[in-house]
Amino acid sequence: MITRFIDKAGWPRIIIALFLLALFIAAPFVGVRVDTSLSNTLVRFGMNGVMVLAMIPMVQAGCGLNFGLPLGIIAGLLGATLSIEFNAEIMTRLVELAGQYKITWLTQEFVDNWRAAIGFGSAIVIAVPIAAVLGWFYGKLLNRVKGDEMMIATYVGFSSVSFMCIAWLLMPYKHPAMVWGYAGHGLRTTISVEGYWLHVLNDSLAVNINEHLKIPTGMLIFFAVMAVLVWVFMRTKTGTAMTAAGSNPEFARASGVNVDHMRTISVMLSTVLGAIGILVYQQSFGFIQLYMGPFYMALPAVASILLGGASVNKAGILNVIVGTFLFQGILTMTPSVINSYLQTDMSEVIRLIVSNGMILYALTRKVRG
Amino acid sequence: MDSPLLQLDHVGKEFYGNRVLKDISFSIGPGEIIGLVGENGAGKSTLLNILFGMPVISSTGGYEGNILLDGKHVQFSSPNQALAAGIGMVHQEFSLIPGFTATENILLNRENLNGSIMNYIFSERVSTLDREAMHSRASAALHTLGVGISPDMVVSEMPVGYKQFIEIAREIDRKNTRLLFLDEPTAVLAESEAEILLTALKRLARSGIAIVFISHRLSEVKTLCSRVLVLRDGRLITDVPAESLTTREIASLMVGRESERREAPQEIPDEPVETENADETLTLKKGGKKKKPKPALKVEHLWVDMPGETVRDVSFEVKKGEIFGIGGLAGHGKLGIPNGIMGLYPAGGKVRLFGKTLTLNKPRAALGRKMAFVSEDRRGVGLLLDEPIDWNITFTAMQTQGRFLFGIPYIFQLRNEYAMSKEAQKFIDSLAIKCTGPHQKAGELSGGNQQKVCLAKAFTLRPNILLICEPTRGIDIGAKSLVLNTLKNYNRENGTTIIITSSELEELRSVCDRVAIVDEGRIAGILPASSPAEDFGMLMMGQTHSEEGEQSA
Repeated sequence: MITRFIDKAGWPRIIIALFLLALFIAAPFVGVRVDTSLSNTLVRFGMNGVMVLAMIPMVQAGCGLNFGLPLGIIAGLLGATLSIEFNAEIMTRLVELAGQYKITWLTQEFVDNWRAAIGFGSAIVIAVPIAAVLGWFYGKLLNRVKGDEMMIATYVGFSSVSFMCIAWLLMPYKHPAMVWGYAGHGLRTTISVEGYWLHVLNDSLAVNINEHLKIPTGMLIFFAVMAVLVWVFMRTKTGTAMTAAGSNPEFARASGVNVDHMRTISVMLSTVLGAIGILVYQQSFGFIQLYMGPFYMALPAVASILLGGASVNKAGILNVIVGTFLFQGILTMTPSVINSYLQTDMSEVIRLIVSNGMILYALTRKVRG
Repeated sequence: MDSPLLQLDHVGKEFYGNRVLKDISFSIGPGEIIGLVGENGAGKSTLLNILFGMPVISSTGGYEGNILLDGKHVQFSSPNQALAAGIGMVHQEFSLIPGFTATENILLNRENLNGSIMNYIFSERVSTLDREAMHSRASAALHTLGVGISPDMVVSEMPVGYKQFIEIAREIDRKNTRLLFLDEPTAVLAESEAEILLTALKRLARSGIAIVFISHRLSEVKTLCSRVLVLRDGRLITDVPAESLTTREIASLMVGRESERREAPQEIPDEPVETENADETLTLKKGGKKKKPKPALKVEHLWVDMPGETVRDVSFEVKKGEIFGIGGLAGHGKLGIPNGIMGLYPAGGKVRLFGKTLTLNKPRAALGRKMAFVSEDRRGVGLLLDEPIDWNITFTAMQTQGRFLFGIPYIFQLRNEYAMSKEAQKFIDSLAIKCTGPHQKAGELSGGNQQKVCLAKAFTLRPNILLICEPTRGIDIGAKSLVLNTLKNYNRENGTTIIITSSELEELRSVCDRVAIVDEGRIAGILPASSPAEDFGMLMMGQTHSEEGEQSA
C-alpha cells in the first residue's frame, strides 16, 4: 500500500512534500505564523498556476518543455500595457457600443463599477490574438528543429526578451502612468496596475478566515476554469491527435494526423496560456514588469511541472497542481523559516537549487521512444 | 589442399535455447574460394560471428565444436584476435571514413610512421605519418585488386563500387591476411563493377588467400567459387563443387523441399481451406480472362524511396477478396511497396484502388479510401507504446473516420472513452490479447500481443484492403499461427482483400493465394502459392528469366 503510493507519487515529490511539511511544522518555533505562510502559498499558487498550465500542450505534443514561455509573457505584457494605454477609450467605447446595440445593463454606472474587471478582460482580449500569432511563428520554427526544441525554445525566449527591450523604449506609448517621466516616451521598467486591475481576481469572492489567512477564491476559480479548459481540450479529437503526435509521431503520421500542424497548435496554445498566466500574475503582484522581467519566468514554471511529476513527454493537470503547490510552497516557506532560523538570506540560493535541480533531474530522466 | 587452412568441426550455437547452428563441419584450403549461401536467418551471420570472435557469441554462452586454423585449435574471444590470426572480413555495410582519402582509409591505424625524438618522451602516438610509404602501400594493395583507383581520392567522392574495393584493399594490406570473408560484397554493385570485383577476387585467391564468398546472387557464386556450401535452418545441407549444381538446384536446396512437411503439423486444420482458396484463385483467374473485373488494387510503375527498401519499378494487380503475398529477401524493396502505397515514404507511379487513382504520399488519403496498414516496425510506427491499448486500437479510426467521439461534429467533439474501451475489450476477447485490461499501456505487452493490437487497430478501420507487413516478425510460434489464422478468417468472413508482406516464404505460401517475389526493387515474378518452393527460390535469387513462362501459364 505504502510502496504503491511511493511508486505512484515518486520519490522527488515525497521528499519535497516532507520537506515542505517540516517547514510548516518548524515555522511556529522560529516565529513565523503558519496561517500567513499558508495564505502566501495559496496566493503564489494562483499567481503561477496558469503559467505552469501553459507547459501541458507542448509537452503532450512532443515539443518538450516550453522554455520559450517569455514569448507568451511578452504577448501578455503587450496586452496589459495596451489595455492601460487605451483604458479610458475602452470604457467610453464600451458604453457607446452598448447604446448602439441597446444592451441595457451595460450602462456607464456598470462600467464604472467593473472598471478593474473590464480593464483586466480587455488586457486578455488584446493579449490572446498577439500570443496566437507569435505562437504560430514560434511553432513553425520549432517544427524545423525537431529534437532540439527545448534549446531553441530557450533562445527564442531570451532573444524575444532582448528584442522587446528595444521595442518597449521605441513604441509610441503616451500614458503618463507608464512612460518615463523625464523623457515623455518609452515605457518604465515597472508599471503599477494599481487603479486598474490590482487584485481583481484575488479579492473577488475572497474568504477572510482571520486577519492572516485569506483565501484568494477568485484567482483559484480562474485557475480551475483554465485547468478545466485545458483538460477538456486535451480530450477533444484535436487534443487526442496532439497527444498521439507527441507520444509517437510516426504512429500519428501513419494514422493520417498532420504532426507539424498539431505541434504548431500546441505551441500557440502554450503561448496563449503564457500570456493569460502573466496577466493573472500581475494582478496579484501589482506591477507589470517589462524589459528583463520575463527573462527567467520560464524556469519556475518548468521546474514546477517537473516537480509535479511530469516528464519531458507526458504531463497532466495533476502534475501542474501538485508541482505548483510544492514549488511555490517551498519558495514561500524557505525565506521566512530558514532565514529566521539561520539569520541569513538563503531564499534565493534554495530557490535556485530547487528549481534548477528539478529541471536537471527531469532532463536526465528523459526517455526517448 | 592436403593441409586445410581453416577447419570447422561440428560447430553449433544456441541462443537462449533457440538453436541457430547445428553440426557445421567444413574446411577451406589456401587459395580456395567457397560460396556460402542461405536464406535470411539460415545462420550465416551467426557463423561469421563465431569465426570472427564477436562478443555476442561469448556473452551468450559461447559455441560448441572446434575451430582449427592451420591444424591448431583456436577460439577467438574478440575480433582483434581473429584479425591477428589472419582472418579478414568485409561487411555488407561500409565502415569507411568519408572525409579521408583511399590511402588513409586503407591504412587506418596501421600507418607508416616517421620516428622522432618525441617518441621517446611520449609514445608512438605523437609520430608524424610517412605519407610516401603509405601511398605506395595503398597503391600496391589497390593494384593487387586490379582496379585503377587513385590512392588520393577522397572516399566521399567515390562511387559505391569503389568503396567496396577500398574495404577489400584494407583487408589485404594486412600482411598476414590469409582468409577473407566477404558478406554480400556485390549487393551494392552494378553488374560491371561486380565483374571487376569477381576478377579481383580470383586474382587474390591465386596469391594464396582463401575466400569465403557470401552472396544471394547465385550466378556469381557459381562463376567464382570452387565449392558451394548451402546453409538452411542452421544446418549445412550441402558442400559440393560448384560445377555439380545448377543455380536452380542451389535455390531449391536453400529454400528446402521438405519445408512443407515441416510446417504441416501446424497447418493441418487449414488444409481444406487452402485448397478451397486455391480453387477460388483458379476460378477467379478464369473469370478474369473472360469478364475482366476491376482489380481491388492495381499498381503501375510504382517507385518508393524507402531507405534500405528501395522500390524501383513495380507493377501488379490484386484481385478482390484475395490474399496476396509479397516476398523476397531483406533489403530488396518488398517492405517499400506497402509503405509507399500508404504514403509513408516518398513514392511515385500509379496506384488504382477499385479503379480510382489513389493520391500517393498522403497517409490520410490512403486511410480515407478505407485501406488499413499494419507496419513492420511495430514499436516505431505501429504502436503508441506510452498510451493504453484502447487508444492504440481506436485512434486511427477516431482521426480518420470520426468514430469514438461524441459531441457536435466539426465544432466540439470529445473522445468517447467508454466506446473506446468497449471496442478494445471486444478485440481483447476475440483475439485473446493477454493484458490486464483495455487501459494497460501497449508498451507493456509482449511482442505477439502487441501484434494483435496492431491487427485490431487495422480491423477497427473496417478496411476494404488490408496491408500487413511482417505479421509474424519477432513473435513466438503459438502467436504466429494465431495471427495468421486471424488474417485468414478475417479474409474469409469479410471478403477483405489482404496483402501480406513477409520475409518468410513458407508463411506466405501457407496463407496466400498468390505470392509476388521482389528482387532488387522489381517484381521478379508472381506465382500461385501452390508452386514448388524452388520456383520461389529461383525468383528470389534474381533468376527473373523464368518470369515470362510463369505469367503466361
